[in-house]
Amino acid sequence: MHIQQLSVFLEDRSGRLTELTRILAKHDVNINALNLAETTDYGIVPMVVGRPELAKKILEKAGFSIGLTDVVCVNIPDESGSLYQILKILTEENINVDYMYAFSNRDVALAVIRTADISGVSELLKKKGIKLFSQSDIYQL
Amino acid sequence: MIWNPERECAEREQMHQLQSEQLSRMIQRMYDHVPFYRNRFKEKGIEPGDISSVEQLKELPFTTKDDLRENYPFALFTVPQSDIIRIHASSGTTGKPTVVGYTWQDLEIWSEVVARSLTMAGVHSKDTIQVAYGYGPFTGGLGLHYGAEKVGATVIPISIGNTRKQLQFMTDFNATVLACTPSYAAYLGESILKEGFSPEDVKLRIGIFGAEPWSNEMRKEIEKLLRIKAYDIYGLSEVIGPGVSKECECQCGSHIFEDHFIPEIIHPETLEVLPDGEIGELVFTTVSKEAMPLLRYRTRDLTRLYREKCACGRTLVRMEKCLGRSDDMLIIRGVNVFPSQVESVLMEMSEISPHYQLIIRREKNLDTLEILVEINEKNWSDSIRELEMIKHRIELNIKSLLGVRATARLMEPHSIERSEGKAKRIIDLRK
Repeated sequence: MHIQQLSVFLEDRSGRLTELTRILAKHDVNINALNLAETTDYGIVPMVVGRPELAKKILEKAGFSIGLTDVVCVNIPDESGSLYQILKILTEENINVDYMYAFSNRDVALAVIRTADISGVSELLKKKGIKLFSQSDIYQL
Repeated sequence: MIWNPERECAEREQMHQLQSEQLSRMIQRMYDHVPFYRNRFKEKGIEPGDISSVEQLKELPFTTKDDLRENYPFALFTVPQSDIIRIHASSGTTGKPTVVGYTWQDLEIWSEVVARSLTMAGVHSKDTIQVAYGYGPFTGGLGLHYGAEKVGATVIPISIGNTRKQLQFMTDFNATVLACTPSYAAYLGESILKEGFSPEDVKLRIGIFGAEPWSNEMRKEIEKLLRIKAYDIYGLSEVIGPGVSKECECQCGSHIFEDHFIPEIIHPETLEVLPDGEIGELVFTTVSKEAMPLLRYRTRDLTRLYREKCACGRTLVRMEKCLGRSDDMLIIRGVNVFPSQVESVLMEMSEISPHYQLIIRREKNLDTLEILVEINEKNWSDSIRELEMIKHRIELNIKSLLGVRATARLMEPHSIERSEGKAKRIIDLRK
């Protein structure tokens, strides 16, 4: 069980991120999680939203370049060592994390993790008893 | 199919004789009617009767674009104005426009060479050809138009611009042939889905592209985008317009219609004639033209000639795809760079789209080259590491193939300005 993350390619131009969020606001799309990775020329904004396909259409219409990437969204109990427990499982299986970002929403804390073979990784984590979030879980947050 | 086998497959001696006869008649007409040429001949001590063979071409003076400007607008015409039935002017790629005139016979020849060109690509009377070159003083639109009518094809004279309408006509009227600049073809190709059309409704099978230099890699890209076979058509308004030379189905260089336009390759500095196979400046003598024949006109285009017989059966001399116009050549930190070479490097990478721009600056007395490229809309990675690898690969390939250091800048798709005519690919801020 994995979810789809929206990735936006942004040229390093002032106001581009504001424009992105303006369009999402206009269409009432809630951003559950967002990250910003940048180089000197451009940035990548990966984000988790409730309905990624719809958001992709809206943003492409507005001229943005959108990618959809499979990621796992892991529920992390709000206590010390819980993220370590999850990453340990991946390391033991020799799975490399490409990138991740974490966020908390009232009483749940989530980590969005990108690796190769997302389906395999989500199966593995589920088997080990780690709670994963589905797309509809995200939508209901 | 070969439109005019007698001329296009002529034996060399036969061609030689035809060229010689036409050349000597042309020299006589120039001498009689154009003071500019008469003075040039007198300076060199040449009498019209002296020239009887095409072998003597190398003894004759050159004509340059500056000569055309100095004789602006009509001083090089060899016929009275009443015989001129059309005026065209160059698109002004470099400097102010140059003017050319055509008699009825000239337009006949032009239609003939374009008809030969289209036939070479497999176009026939059942085809519908969308002419998306500009109609007007630029020779692209009307040149293709008359040739296509001669072949008997159905012509859609849509001219440039209005991409939506282009695609509407293309799909509704079942266009099978597209004629335009290669950069506009690429733009039309990527607009199909964006404008809400279905690729299955595009019935194109052949592309006739020219008016700007383009690489073989760009060709592959366009062929894939539009699912066609794309052919280079070469021409310049001073000589006649499109239809000076054209690729056959072998796509192995363009056959020059040398019964009308005699080519030579010269060293651009020493002006010596170079042997076949060597790269130099292309020079044309337009032996059959009535209104404004040109003697050894320097095109500034760099290429080479081949005379080996082509698999298509034509004996016409072939020219290699132009490396570029010598005016387009950039000198970056002392290294000669043609935009088409940069294009070849970029087109080999599937992660980027066929649109790019080169920006040259001078910083602290050093030239810098920045290459703006768009990431491919459908094929980009959201990992910064992979994107940075693409950027580094561009820089590395440019450095190793062209010997010049460049920085690549990845852009959002569709952010580089599109052109409907000739693409604006170079921004030189050093001047």
